[in-house]
Amino acid sequence: MPQTQLLPEQASTMAPRVDALYFFLLAVAAFFTLLIAGLVIYFAFKYRRRSKNEAGVPIHGSIWLEATWTIIPIIIVLVIFGWSSSIFFSMARPPAKTLDVYVVGKQWMWKFQHPDGHMEVNELHVPVGVDVKLTMTSQDVIHDVYIPNFRLKADVLPGKYTHMWFKATKPGKYHLFCAEYCGTNHSGMVGWITVQERAEYEQWLAGSSGQGTTMAQAGEKLFKDLACSSCHQTDTIGRGPTLVGLYDNKVTLDNGSTVMADDAYLRESITNPRAKVVAGFQPVMPSFQGLVSEEGLLQILEYIKSLRTTPSNATGVVPPPAPAIPAKK
Amino acid sequence: MSGTHSDEPSVLQHHFDNLGQQFEASALGMWVFLVTEVLFFGGLFTAYMVYRMTYPEAFAEASHQLNIVLGGTNTAVLIGSSLTMAMAVYAAQQGDRHKQVLFLVLTMVLGMVFLGVKSVEYSHKFAEGLVPGPNFRFEGDAIHAQLFFSLYFVMTGLHALHMIVGIGIMAVLTVFAWRGRYTSRYHTPVDVSGLYWHFVDIVWIFLFPLLYLIDRHGAVR
Amino acid sequence: MDTAATPHSNYLTDGYSLKSWLLTRDHKRIGLLYLFSVTAFFLLGAFFAGIIRLELLTPAGDLVSSDIYNRLFTMHGVVMIFFFLIPSIPSVLGNFLVPIMIGAKDLAFPRLNLLSWYLYTFGGLFTLWALVTGGVDTGWTFYTPYSSSFSNSNVALVIVGIFINGFSSILTGLNFIVTIHKMRAPGMTWFRMPLFVWAHYATSLIFVLGTPVIAITLLMVGAERVLHLGIFDPKLGGDPVLFQHLFWFYSHPAVYIMILPAMGVASELVAAFSRKAIFGYEFVAFSSLAIAVFGFLVWGHHMFVSSESVYSAMAFSLLSFLVAIPSAVKVFNWSATMYKGSISFEAPMLYVFGFIGLFMIGGLTGLFLAAIAVDVHVTDTYFVVAHFHYIMVGGAIMMYMGGLHFWWPKIFGKLYNEFWAQVAAVTIFVGFNLTFFPQFIVGYLGMPRRYHAYPPEFQLWNILSTAGATVLAVGYAMPAFYLLHSLFKGKRAPSNPWGAKGLEWETTSPPPTHNFETPPVVTEPPYNYAK
Repeated sequence: MPQTQLLPEQASTMAPRVDALYFFLLAVAAFFTLLIAGLVIYFAFKYRRRSKNEAGVPIHGSIWLEATWTIIPIIIVLVIFGWSSSIFFSMARPPAKTLDVYVVGKQWMWKFQHPDGHMEVNELHVPVGVDVKLTMTSQDVIHDVYIPNFRLKADVLPGKYTHMWFKATKPGKYHLFCAEYCGTNHSGMVGWITVQERAEYEQWLAGSSGQGTTMAQAGEKLFKDLACSSCHQTDTIGRGPTLVGLYDNKVTLDNGSTVMADDAYLRESITNPRAKVVAGFQPVMPSFQGLVSEEGLLQILEYIKSLRTTPSNATGVVPPPAPAIPAKK
Repeated sequence: MSGTHSDEPSVLQHHFDNLGQQFEASALGMWVFLVTEVLFFGGLFTAYMVYRMTYPEAFAEASHQLNIVLGGTNTAVLIGSSLTMAMAVYAAQQGDRHKQVLFLVLTMVLGMVFLGVKSVEYSHKFAEGLVPGPNFRFEGDAIHAQLFFSLYFVMTGLHALHMIVGIGIMAVLTVFAWRGRYTSRYHTPVDVSGLYWHFVDIVWIFLFPLLYLIDRHGAVR
Repeated sequence: MDTAATPHSNYLTDGYSLKSWLLTRDHKRIGLLYLFSVTAFFLLGAFFAGIIRLELLTPAGDLVSSDIYNRLFTMHGVVMIFFFLIPSIPSVLGNFLVPIMIGAKDLAFPRLNLLSWYLYTFGGLFTLWALVTGGVDTGWTFYTPYSSSFSNSNVALVIVGIFINGFSSILTGLNFIVTIHKMRAPGMTWFRMPLFVWAHYATSLIFVLGTPVIAITLLMVGAERVLHLGIFDPKLGGDPVLFQHLFWFYSHPAVYIMILPAMGVASELVAAFSRKAIFGYEFVAFSSLAIAVFGFLVWGHHMFVSSESVYSAMAFSLLSFLVAIPSAVKVFNWSATMYKGSISFEAPMLYVFGFIGLFMIGGLTGLFLAAIAVDVHVTDTYFVVAHFHYIMVGGAIMMYMGGLHFWWPKIFGKLYNEFWAQVAAVTIFVGFNLTFFPQFIVGYLGMPRRYHAYPPEFQLWNILSTAGATVLAVGYAMPAFYLLHSLFKGKRAPSNPWGAKGLEWETTSPPPTHNFETPPVVTEPPYNYAK
């Protein structure tokens, strides 16, 4: 590794945009530092005290100067603000079609699940040139996914899903750090992001580490094991509402309000079913808080997502959501 | 500096020019202190507000477990104590030693009534299993009802602590008033302690509706 | 005029017993009590920093265990922020000077002032107790749910220590506000007050408005930790990010508690060593207030990566940019003050030069952090560590040192060795830059903060930083020698050794117990050097 680099390698579509703004900021900072340092040194030399009782010339101020050095910096910071916000918007808005990866952070390791069932610990394989979206949660305290080469970072919170998306631009092995202090072995909660060429990635996917069950299938199994299916049935209305076609649709609650059935809602409905009760149903569902792991929850969510449309066959085996790998770069 | 004489030189501290300046400084000091108190409770009110907006139903259901009669009684008791406090300040300004002592004692008594009622309420909550922790029992969105009760105990507990401090201050004032320390010329401590007492009352005036009266106006589901 | 030649009765000679110090209500003596205690805490915090820097010499975590390392940086932060930086200038220099500068005999509430010191000391001892019995490992930010449910260190004890100490801050702020409002000498109008006093007024507003919020927030963490009342832990229904909002609502303004008094000192020193009125006095005064007010509106910029909504992140970003403006205005005004001045280069002025340079870099790198897109990359890395050390150490401590040197003759009536003072000032400046500049680079390279072990490619910058810390330590050690030496062997200081303006220079050195032999009446504007 080069020992004296000043910038981390740029390996995502965000990296050059962030660096460009960084260089602009560096230029602004250097200009003002040199300006002030130059003036101070010049004044200090030019107006150095020459006799013991000498006093300075009384100058009380100038409204014009004050206005100038108030307004010019305001203009500069507004430019920076606009520029930075536009990059931030791109960071915050994932594209519509993405390759999804699910992340669970826990003291002190990272667990990754791919929809096709691949599980990884402290290492994540992604293809180059594909939009990848991470859906992240924590099993215990706050963690933070930080990939310096992508110039990206996002907190991973317990009890909540957060997201990050990126498009890697260069194959390679990049640092993954936990950037939010999380206890004793915080600095050991590190790993690697391996960005591979498409073909290599496919080869990896086909490799032995796959378990043969997709996340949705694992979720369906959990769904049955936890006896969720005794109330939530796919063909008829049971004691609980059916979950077919639920995901990303509006749900009417018993107090008349409606909510969007997104990840956050589904998660809450599993861990704390009494919080929002669907209209027409009794609040009889017990809480599954603590009974199902964060990975399991994500699998169940993936299963519910797979029910977006009526299952194509009775076994409930649904193809995983369309992989977002475009046919061609 | 705290001599027992009640003549002016002993009550004027050395670094003030006159009693007027000393009084203004003390009053401003108390006002500034009350501002910090507002911010202190403000942190709690913010937490309350955030959670109530996020879980309105759980908060409403939990709120219905509180006893409005006891809470309402306490509200009346505290408003009464504000009146007696104001009377004590007036008596001090008039230099009426006996009335001063009487109203200070009345204020203390009302404060203690408040604390008594509050402790009855607390014991009910313990008996009903409404204290957050492993023994918490609640039909419905229990986890967020627990959040409500966490805030309930922290907020009313801190308020009660302020009441206890207030009663302590009143006790000291009563002793000094009995000895005739406060005259129509010098009654600063009574004035500023009155400000404190009114502040503690006002906090309750906010706590009562926020905690006891959620969702009471319409039909309760 | 110059009474220094004949020994006179002053506040230092007014009683020698321990009791006359420990029960004193004289703001000057209380200032010295603080000087003693904050110095002790500074040494403790610096000791922790030293071990941290030694540990980071090598990439592997080999000097101390992770557990110890986490306790070290937490205690470094807690001690330096709550027990050194926040009380340093206000409680030492402010206590001593605010009443004298406005011509008062004392602060409005001398007993509360003494109580403040006891609360500070008591809170400090409490924290030390927590340290001795196992320390605390949450980071000074106490993020939930780690602090409230997971850490098995002495969180509750430290919280109590900080809570007690918070009352010390509140009472100090309250005392300053009332004193400045009600105790000014005849003729001392608001716009005749030295900028040091304005800065302390603004600081006091933050003390009074911010400190209670951190107090209640930490109390809630304590309630969750000890009584298991669910407030922030998601397992108990709470929201851990709410803690961050409440925490930073105080802790961001707390940064201004540290830097505003430093700016006040800078204004005094620039004027005195340029023998010239501060350029744009009103703008400098109001910029202090603007910073204090705006400082309360930017807390959200600590949470750009904590699932904050895009629009609130943008609002906080914009406000954070705007809070930079009054700071920039101050820097421009200080520079302009030197124009056509009569500039001399005694040690306090060297600290000012250092301060302006370091504060510029600290402030400008703040723009990097206000820019959300860049912040996402550099937050929680060494870039942030470097940034806030430039502000807090490069800014606040430089001016604490500068102010201490400037008013040392006034406080103790003794002159220190100017040569060594200048050597120390330069050493600190060089050592500081060597320590912290590399951290900007290693931060942008991606080294996260609070890392006990790190990838080997970051080592070069860490070695540089540790080397710099050694120089810095030497720089900080030097004043201990020549300042102490001056107390015993130093020449007697005249009333006004610098030829400076201000009421504090019109009374004797050291001042008499009641500050002035005859109560002052102010008849001229501040910094009236040309007359």
